[in-house]
Amino acid sequence: MASAEIDVKYVAHLARLALTPDEEKKLTSQLGDILGYIVKLKELEVAGVEPTAHAVPMVNVTRPDEIRPSLPHDEALRNAPARANGLFIVPKIVE
Amino acid sequence: MLNQLTISELTAELATRKVSAREAVQSCLDQIARVDGKIHAFISHDDADALAQAEAADKLLAQGGANAGLPLLGVPVAIKDVIAVKNQPLNCGSKILGRFVSPYDATVIEKLRAAGAIVFGRLNMDEFAMGSSTENSAFGVTHNPWDPTRIPGGSSGGSAAAVAADETIAALGSDTGGSIRQPAALCGCVGLKPTYGRVSRYGLVAFASSLDQIGTFTKNIRDAATMLSVISGPDARDSTSVPQPVPDYTATLTGDIKGLKLGLPREYMVGGLDAEVKAAVDAAVKQFEKLGAEIVEISLPHTDYAVATYYIIATAEASANLARFDGIRYGARVDGNDPIELYSKTRGAGFGAEVKRRIILGTYVLSSGYYDAYYLRAQKVRTLIRQDFLKAFENVDAIVTPTSPTAAFKIGEKADDPLQMYLSDIFTISCNLAGICGVSLPCGFTQSPKLPIGLQLLGKPFGEEILLRLGHAYEQSTPWHREKPPPDPR
Repeated sequence: MASAEIDVKYVAHLARLALTPDEEKKLTSQLGDILGYIVKLKELEVAGVEPTAHAVPMVNVTRPDEIRPSLPHDEALRNAPARANGLFIVPKIVE
Repeated sequence: MLNQLTISELTAELATRKVSAREAVQSCLDQIARVDGKIHAFISHDDADALAQAEAADKLLAQGGANAGLPLLGVPVAIKDVIAVKNQPLNCGSKILGRFVSPYDATVIEKLRAAGAIVFGRLNMDEFAMGSSTENSAFGVTHNPWDPTRIPGGSSGGSAAAVAADETIAALGSDTGGSIRQPAALCGCVGLKPTYGRVSRYGLVAFASSLDQIGTFTKNIRDAATMLSVISGPDARDSTSVPQPVPDYTATLTGDIKGLKLGLPREYMVGGLDAEVKAAVDAAVKQFEKLGAEIVEISLPHTDYAVATYYIIATAEASANLARFDGIRYGARVDGNDPIELYSKTRGAGFGAEVKRRIILGTYVLSSGYYDAYYLRAQKVRTLIRQDFLKAFENVDAIVTPTSPTAAFKIGEKADDPLQMYLSDIFTISCNLAGICGVSLPCGFTQSPKLPIGLQLLGKPFGEEILLRLGHAYEQSTPWHREKPPPDPR
């Protein structure tokens, strides 16, 4: 595992993140070092240990289902990079 | 000069009506004009808005508002650029948010305003709070007020530098793995990370949701107690906030710490710890003993695994949280022929190197075939780390450690070595994984150059009162928190 290498190009595609060839090269080497370090977790015996997702777990947090003031339409669209007729504009998805 | 005062000193002055909130704000703005060209703690500040808030505060002060349950009336508080303030820019130190303007106030901002505070400024930070030096900001590097060739720590480097350089009376920051405590230590102020769930995170841009917590930067412990009393409490808009009563944290500052048990983890006094830092922490431990606390050696056996655990969990959560920055609903956009190309190009152009590194690592550890080996295993080790602390707290009231293994390092020194940068958080990271509370306070200086050293106190979940009482008693008996950086940073 110490020689683990991330297929940066593939993972970048999963993350929807365009990288330059230089960035890919640099990340491959830096992430190789980091993986080489985090592999130390393999030293520990964790069979039977419950995973912790949140340190102070709160379950089934609900509130009354009542209508309350929310962000006005215009405000919600205020930071949109492109909008028209009260909607976000996006590239064509379906031909 | 009013900008140099603490919260309690300023509110006392304001209550006499000899000085005004307007003068207090103006004195912070004057200090910013004088030093921030060198320090660069602020990304921006809206002077007209701050002065308008000050005038409103002065009207209330004239009506006796200071005595009407407004503990921060007229007190300037500056805000890290990761917390939403209505009608002010929000960039998280990143290019990807473009010209984003917050449409609402975060809960902590509502609470500060309700307590009478003057909320102003956008404080610099590592992009999306990812970093330990404030070198990863799209808006430039923040410099340490004690030596501008050095980093202020991070990710809340702007918050720490602004408080240390008296550019504000207090500030808010956020702490995911040490981002409040480490910069507070390196800049010589008090940084408090409350227990996970103590403070609402509604309006805090998420980095790693199971670790993030909002906290405070102040000039002493009493001010931290005042601020914490204001910003704490459950919030229907943050389902992780805990319905635990909020005490008046200043009431705990009795000066009496006799009989309190302080744990000294033997794992924290080893490799990589600078000799001057160790000497200062040793002296602080002796001081606590002198004040009547009992020192007990304890063990936190999984300490050595904390950094690795953190960089799996934090990056995994970040890769999911940062998926929302896709150029569709807000922020900058780079066009593409289809949505996927638009997302990729927008994110490729908008995120900086450290954020990209963490998104790739986080996506990888969650990806098919690696989830069990990395992410699930890290969550299990997190359980072991949390159990270490809960076990230790059966025997001690608080734990004392250095905040950072060294004083502030040089700008650029670790910029090309991400792993070395990550290891500089070794003493602060476990606290977030365990969900407990922690505070860093000044405990001395290195000789040459003169740089602040921070002492970390860690407490039980919702054990802030004991931390504050210990810190306050220590502060009363030592001079460190009163020291100021050189007036003219070069």
